[in-house]
Amino acid sequence: MDYRPDNHSFEFYGEGLPGVELSELRGRLIVIEGPDGVGRSTQVSMLKPWLESNGHAVLDTGMTRSALAGKGIKQAKAGITLGSISLTLFYATDFADRLENEMIPALRAGFIVLTDRYIYSLIARAIVRGLDASWIKACYGLALKPDAVFYMRGDVGDLIPRVLSSPTGFDYWESGMDIHMGDDLFESFTEYQTRMLSVFDSMIDEYGFEVINTAQPIEMIYKNLQRRIGKLLRENV
Amino acid sequence: MYADHQFPGKLFIVEGIDGSGKSTQLSLLQQWLKREGYTVFFSEWNSSPLVKETTRRGKKKQMLTPTTFSMLHATDLADRIERHIIPPLKAGAIVLADRYIYTAFARDTARGVSPRWVRELYRFAVKPTIAFYFQVPLDVSLKRILSARAGLKYYEAGMDLGLSDDIEESFELFQGMIRGKYEEMIDEFGLQVIDATRSIEEQQNEVRSIVERELEDVPKRPLPNFALADSQI
Repeated sequence: MDYRPDNHSFEFYGEGLPGVELSELRGRLIVIEGPDGVGRSTQVSMLKPWLESNGHAVLDTGMTRSALAGKGIKQAKAGITLGSISLTLFYATDFADRLENEMIPALRAGFIVLTDRYIYSLIARAIVRGLDASWIKACYGLALKPDAVFYMRGDVGDLIPRVLSSPTGFDYWESGMDIHMGDDLFESFTEYQTRMLSVFDSMIDEYGFEVINTAQPIEMIYKNLQRRIGKLLRENV
Repeated sequence: MYADHQFPGKLFIVEGIDGSGKSTQLSLLQQWLKREGYTVFFSEWNSSPLVKETTRRGKKKQMLTPTTFSMLHATDLADRIERHIIPPLKAGAIVLADRYIYTAFARDTARGVSPRWVRELYRFAVKPTIAFYFQVPLDVSLKRILSARAGLKYYEAGMDLGLSDDIEESFELFQGMIRGKYEEMIDEFGLQVIDATRSIEEQQNEVRSIVERELEDVPKRPLPNFALADSQI
């Protein structure tokens, strides 16, 4: 699973970030995307040790964990104090902080960056909240195009058992309760996730997602992802 | 998203480099509008409590990049617009803002952020009824503020740009860059230029006469007498 860094180059989606020399980024950027409860983090937690055992240094990262804005976002959600545009921009700030301060330094150092979600979830949330799709996509023009985006696709009915297997059950935000999509958490969750799913589906071609069918055992999904990532690293995309 | 708003209220904003006297002028305008019986709402730059804390942390630890600096301020303005600008405009009030999107465009592009991207980022903003730009030569504004203020702050002085190790020199260079960006925006955004080298009274008279022309259909709702007396000098 050796890859030659020489023939590989990154691009930005849009205007990009000031002060980043793309040719210096030697690593790979792999994204696992998909709705809440589809099992993304389970896969990331299995893929990381596998990649490491094959000699790759791996940075695994996820949403709203940035040193800068992570805390503020948690507080905002706890108090539900921000409107849709502000919350969308706060998420975008958090993303930019992690991109600049975690992902890009790791890519520069030749790491494989394995990220649980990327801009697509954030774009989908904004669109479902009624914001202008072209605006939010232009804002995320600062993002790097990943080497691969694995879209773990699951139907809403399949998400519910997973969500309910966690002690917290339906989450306020994952149910879109901030935009009143239903009378209770279940109804809102169903409506919200259905809309999220249709936005995700609409991005498959636009962003070149590789669709992973999640209606199969975890082990099978893992094998599938291993095969695809292994191929990607060998092929030196 | 909002662009040319159709709300009954009006939005007047002031822009200019530090020491241009814009805040003084806005405050005088506010006094006058209140006395005339208009409902006035004043929105400060950088005032959303939640984002403020994140910004404060980022600044204190000097962990902001030009991009995250720009985005945090965009988040803050979005919060203010959603909370403090749109609702009063819908209510038919006159909203006054000290600094607006043009501050971000000038400052962030001086830091190297893409001009096109930052304009996209702020597309959610309501277009002001009038955007006043208080134009002043750099040496005049510097004389006004460097004599008045105690200590310059790291980001305020543009120290993150590495222009100079001396904070005062860095501030002067940074202000000069920002001034250049403002000048470029006059035509692009139709900024209303006010010659800020003139006396405070002359500037205020001009500002009032420009504002007055926009107020024909704005309702006056005089405050009760005791409150009015309080606001009159």
